[in-house]
Amino acid sequence: MAQSTRLNSSHGKNIGLIIGLTGLALLFYPFFSASFSSSTAGFISSLVLISLGTILYSERLYHGTIPGIKNNGVWFDGLSARGLLGWFVGIALTGFYIALYFYPETLGYNSKGSTGLVAFFDPLSLTLNGKPATQWFVYGTLYTLAILIFGVKFIIKYRHNRYQIIRTLSVMFFQLGFAFLIPELLALFHPDTPYFAKDLKNMWPLNYYFFESWHIKNMLTGGNLGLFMLLSGVAMIFIVSPILTYLYGKRWYCSWVCGCGALAETAGDPFRQLSSKKISVWKLERWSIHVVLVLVFLTTIAVIWSFLGSNPDLSSFSRETFVIGVVSFLALLMGIIYFFKRKEMDKDALYSMITIGCVIAGTITIQAFSGEKNILFIKSYTLTKWYGFGIGAAFSGVLGVGFYPILGSRVWCRFGCPMAAILGLQQRLLSRFRITTNGGQCISCGNCSAYCEMGIDVRAYAQKGQNIVRSSCVGCGICSAVCPRGVLKLENGPVANRTNLPEFPLGNKL
Amino acid sequence: MAILSRIQVRLGFSKIQIFQKVENSLPWDKDKVMTSQSPIIIIGNGIAGTTLARNIRKKSRQAILIISKESDYFFSRTALMYVYMGHLKWEHLEPYEKGFWQKNKIDLLNAEVTNINAKEKVVVLANGQHLSYDSLVLATGSTPNKFGWKGQDLENVQGLYTKQDLEQLTANTPNIQQAVVVGGGLIGIELVEMLHSRGITASFLVRENHFWSKVISPHEGEMIERHIRAHGIDLRMNANLIEIIPDENGKAASLLTDQGDIIPCQMVGLTAGVRPNIDFLKDSGLEINRGILVDQYLATNLPDVYAIGDCAELRSPLAHRHAIEAVWYVGRMMGETLAQSLTGKPTAYTPGHWFNSAKFFDIEYQTYGQISPRATQEENHFCWKHQTENCMVRLAYHAKSRLFLGINTFGIRMRHEVFDQWLKEKAKIDTVIENLSKANFDPEFYAQYEPQIQAQWHSQLV
Repeated sequence: MAQSTRLNSSHGKNIGLIIGLTGLALLFYPFFSASFSSSTAGFISSLVLISLGTILYSERLYHGTIPGIKNNGVWFDGLSARGLLGWFVGIALTGFYIALYFYPETLGYNSKGSTGLVAFFDPLSLTLNGKPATQWFVYGTLYTLAILIFGVKFIIKYRHNRYQIIRTLSVMFFQLGFAFLIPELLALFHPDTPYFAKDLKNMWPLNYYFFESWHIKNMLTGGNLGLFMLLSGVAMIFIVSPILTYLYGKRWYCSWVCGCGALAETAGDPFRQLSSKKISVWKLERWSIHVVLVLVFLTTIAVIWSFLGSNPDLSSFSRETFVIGVVSFLALLMGIIYFFKRKEMDKDALYSMITIGCVIAGTITIQAFSGEKNILFIKSYTLTKWYGFGIGAAFSGVLGVGFYPILGSRVWCRFGCPMAAILGLQQRLLSRFRITTNGGQCISCGNCSAYCEMGIDVRAYAQKGQNIVRSSCVGCGICSAVCPRGVLKLENGPVANRTNLPEFPLGNKL
Repeated sequence: MAILSRIQVRLGFSKIQIFQKVENSLPWDKDKVMTSQSPIIIIGNGIAGTTLARNIRKKSRQAILIISKESDYFFSRTALMYVYMGHLKWEHLEPYEKGFWQKNKIDLLNAEVTNINAKEKVVVLANGQHLSYDSLVLATGSTPNKFGWKGQDLENVQGLYTKQDLEQLTANTPNIQQAVVVGGGLIGIELVEMLHSRGITASFLVRENHFWSKVISPHEGEMIERHIRAHGIDLRMNANLIEIIPDENGKAASLLTDQGDIIPCQMVGLTAGVRPNIDFLKDSGLEINRGILVDQYLATNLPDVYAIGDCAELRSPLAHRHAIEAVWYVGRMMGETLAQSLTGKPTAYTPGHWFNSAKFFDIEYQTYGQISPRATQEENHFCWKHQTENCMVRLAYHAKSRLFLGINTFGIRMRHEVFDQWLKEKAKIDTVIENLSKANFDPEFYAQYEPQIQAQWHSQLV
């Protein structure tokens, strides 16, 4: 009986796999054939086959199983255990990203009229935004599709866990609506406005070009919509985000809203256990994240600084006012951290202060040593271009997603994302969020640490009876899900005593 | 700049303060572990021995040597199953990185101890080497019970306790179709789940008429049994092993039960409980009953020799508790306690209120306080079970005083801290049920069953 169910199930899985791969082949057929003329029917059937195949596969994979943790064989499978298949997928993904970012013409992109894969997406692009597809439209569509279909798989896998179901529906909703449909439709209805990011949730500094001069200019000259995007963008950064992070931790963004998080949590789920938990990697993470923070602040400040100089008509304050404002704001922030954290001045608070200190010093240096067209003797254009290349393309795309099957699904979020860094800094210093350890119940099994996509050694805290308050935690809730003894709970509570370390775990009268 | 330098002053100052605190209490420095004196030798690197070593190191600079014949490094024994099931790799079982031991100056030795000599204060290794100790702590854990069954020592018949058992299981089970597990305890159900995860059809023989009958009620047992069967396990209650029958190659090929059934199999798991792993200490002069007898300070009859964890048997067990408690948490607490005594603060073993946890396939279990499998005249029980889900709670209270005694919870996570507080405060059952949602530890957005539980409680009171 049990055996026949298993056979049927694997039969269905294979059919799903074949359907999905057929769809994928259909998608990449124009990639190899230059003479291919795009057809709406071909395009639709490709996407439908991919979706159907994946969903059928997922349904069959968990069919007839009892709801619960489904990690059997994770470390025996080549795809999820860095085997041959994992490396193959990693290299294929990386190749796709390199083509996308640096050689879009290989995908058929041509500003005068695309062919191949890019042209294949014309029917959808024309319907949504009224223009022919670009390589970015292709990417956005596939990205959203991946989140939706693998989101369905994730929900089937965690169908016993309402936190996971609701969270996954949330990332699917924000990706489909806010990151994909709304920006495309806004472009359709406002065809004459210059380009600016129309994704409300894609905020600075994740959207690193938000304050770049062309972007600010385009928003300022983009009518009511442009002005709205500028104001809401600034409000998100300075008002909405700090409040939400205080109340719920950075998870409100990183694992409930963000598109990068959405892909990591859905398509990246089979790879979450590949993140390194070594203390040495944690050290690297701290260095990396603070350097990225300094860089993003300084680049942004430099960009605004030069914008103010070259566009006096578009701005109501001068460079000097701006620099004084930034320095006072950061000094105030530093003062607040020092004032509230001086009694429990741990490494994290100190690092935050050093980071802010570097930014202040850098800002003053910019003011003192930069000319009209250059920032510290480098052309400001070159500066932003290199930041865009280093952080925007190489890190978030190629390394971030291409290396999913090798380094885990959150490499970008952990080492490179400036947004996660800022939210994490606040989460560590001033937030109600924590993962509570349930008294002395931990048995040190290691499931929590192994399945933490951010590489946090959760067990190190749990076995001491200490709550987990780490800046990198995105609150995905998987540690709590895989814990076999009910030890971990994500929750929001009073800020005081969040990180208390008991001398002994609960249970012994000592 | 001024702010920065002030922080540094401040930090520097606090560093000096911390340093001075240590200086005042115990004059030691991590880098200056005493090597002139003999070390504290701990035999066994499980949770008891490791917790002991860590806690000694927090307070003393005396040299520490942990000897284990099982593994190079401490690992989580309770998680052996996850390696076999492919959830984890072996390295995930080790809670501390390799550098931890060096950094904390805890020496590790992978070797077998064959005897101890308390007069000479030495332990004898299998290679003949003698190692002197200042204090000796036996933390040797358990070994699976075997009751003299015919065929119990065949090649593909085994228990599940050590790293070597896991290796043997991994070697014995590829390409097999059927296995039988004998013994309905926590290790038995884990082994069944492990085999099932690899597509092996498992028969599960349980001697009692309901699952884990020493601890849980028939009603609770029935829910677990239904869940086990839902996974396609051939669960046989009231079934005993008579004989394991080998094939011509001397490997187990089938198993005869006292119900007259012959079950074909290519592997047999023996999980009928564990006993202290102390056979090598027979001639050591230690007073031994089932385990190594220890007083409330965990000291044996021999000078400077102690025993903790699964292998220790308390001469006078605490009220409502057993003399031997082969449980992870007990090993940890004994390690914490003895560390105090060995660093100059004699401390009796006085664990707090009982707690434990387990997972039966997909059903999580937690318990706090004392609750018997069956209600008595004195100990009344209140039980709630969800109509369809595998969620169930049972609370015990004193019939007359209505004092809350303990709880078993299945499928609903509950807070250790809250129950510990209620037990400490001697809360009444009414208070506990009225405030039950305060103890809820399920993830956010989970269905809350407390209103149902309370409604049933009130309807039963009338």
